[in-house]
Amino acid sequence: MQREGQVRIPSGCAISAMISLKGAATTGEAITKSMVPMRDRSNGLGGGFAGYGIYPDFQDFYAFHVFFDDVAAQKECEKYLKEGYEIVKSEPIPIRKIPEITDVPIIWRYFVAPLQSVLSRLQLDEKEFVARTVIKINSQFQGSYVFSSGKNMGAFKAVGFPEDVGRFYRLEEYAGYAWTAHGRYPTNTPGWWGGAHPFGILDYTVVHNGEISSYDANRRFIEMFGYKCSLQTDTEVIAYIADYLLRRQKLTLEETAAVIAAPFWSVVDSLPQKESEQLSYLRKVFPSLLLTGPFSIVLGFDGGLMALNDRLKLRSMVVAEKDDMRYVASEEAAIRIMAPNAEKVYAPAGGEPVIFKVQKGAL
Amino acid sequence: MRVIEAKNKSFDVLNDEIYQSGDELKIVECLGQRFIASGSRGKRIVISGVPGNALGAYLAGSEIIVEGNAQDAVGDTMNDGLIVIHGNVGDAVGYAMRGGIILVQGNAGYRVGIHMKEYKEKKPAIVIGGRVGSFLGEYQAGGLIVALGLHKDDKETLGAFPCAGMHGGKLFVRGGLGTVSFPEQTTVKIANPEDLAEIRPLIAKFCETFGYDFAKIIDEPFTLVTPNVANPYKQMYVAN
Repeated sequence: MQREGQVRIPSGCAISAMISLKGAATTGEAITKSMVPMRDRSNGLGGGFAGYGIYPDFQDFYAFHVFFDDVAAQKECEKYLKEGYEIVKSEPIPIRKIPEITDVPIIWRYFVAPLQSVLSRLQLDEKEFVARTVIKINSQFQGSYVFSSGKNMGAFKAVGFPEDVGRFYRLEEYAGYAWTAHGRYPTNTPGWWGGAHPFGILDYTVVHNGEISSYDANRRFIEMFGYKCSLQTDTEVIAYIADYLLRRQKLTLEETAAVIAAPFWSVVDSLPQKESEQLSYLRKVFPSLLLTGPFSIVLGFDGGLMALNDRLKLRSMVVAEKDDMRYVASEEAAIRIMAPNAEKVYAPAGGEPVIFKVQKGAL
Repeated sequence: MRVIEAKNKSFDVLNDEIYQSGDELKIVECLGQRFIASGSRGKRIVISGVPGNALGAYLAGSEIIVEGNAQDAVGDTMNDGLIVIHGNVGDAVGYAMRGGIILVQGNAGYRVGIHMKEYKEKKPAIVIGGRVGSFLGEYQAGGLIVALGLHKDDKETLGAFPCAGMHGGKLFVRGGLGTVSFPEQTTVKIANPEDLAEIRPLIAKFCETFGYDFAKIIDEPFTLVTPNVANPYKQMYVAN
């Protein structure tokens, strides 16, 4: 099979998300169904979901979801994992055999904790160590791909239509306080399991509708900091940018949005001095992390979601609310599936981040 | 009047039913089906639920009434007819519209009337009751766009960068313009009674459709924006 980068497919995508501000758990059924009215935005070459709060019994362990091409790849990868981690549970991710999903790789999950002895020898904090592990496996271990690596969360993805992917992974058996979803219509590259969305590192996941024309400039910059874009898919770089800006540079979500969807200089100049100075500072420090081209994304993280459009708003995205629930989707129709009586349906402006966080103490 | 259940139907199945039905019909439980009534003429279609993208694309004379919100690209390349939305619309309403009328009671997204054009008696018109997103009338080449600013929140009626690339047609904005600025290739002035004569029937239709007091609406000052010369972007092209 030809993979990413070996073939170009000329070209849409669908995204959807939900979160309970009270931290109440919803099964993966609603988010799966929300993708049905947006079926025409995908072409069956990729679907995926991320659920937050889905592993309460293992919340202190990193949940690695991994695709393996074959048993040999799995053995080699596990050998490497055991050098740095205590593996408290290792099991196949439960699936449902359905005719719509074919060419299934080995899909495994590991609940792991980094070994303290290794961390102190390397003088790394836990998250940095985990991030490095994921990047190393994905870039150096042929046939192994860690597609989810956060605590108490998980990504599920495959080649297929998203509603079939949701059934395939039995998402109705999981319950989480937040969910994101993606239906893929690959532009430029073929569909394969690793190339489906969400893309993630640690607890950050990204689902994306659009095409990042600055991809290579972004990639060259982010790879200076140890990340490796091994999939040649634009969305991957957004996940690493989020990790770099939020975890490593400790920017706020608003600042991160102001870097990746920076306002035009004409807008920056028209703002009050303090705001203008701050925005121009961010643009000057991180010029290579501006994402150009059309995008609507939902960034998932521990305790919340952030929805963001490119500054020209070249992709559709609507937001709505109902009681403690907040919804985001490419189309209002998707939101109406999750919440028929959703209120305050509105379309955020380009570059305007919409941030939903679970109330303090609710989780 | 025939009632069509849209629930769980794909857009092609739904559209086949629409084309094969009589001239008066109602679609219920509509949810995201695209291209509804595209290219049709002579029908009157009432829709409850949320119609999908490109509602009434290439419309050739039918009348479409949506009881709530609609999504993106309503009336894409519409030729003739009427689309009424009793709610908000998404982005690019009236994309490359060539004739007919679109009336939106609520707010509209980005790029209202992008690439709208006119030719002889074919003169499209869009009226947005509330506020509109950025890039209103982008590359507008003809037709009328009217923004009434009847929204209740404190946001400005127009988003950023209105009339970018405008080279034909007219934009009317009711009430204050706030901080928005227009490109140098446009002329911005207070509309006089002769200017307003052109949009009075349109606003009357809007008021009649949604139940507003015409006198109250027409009483506010309107701003008229037009391109300032016949070929405002001449300098951007090589003369040959």
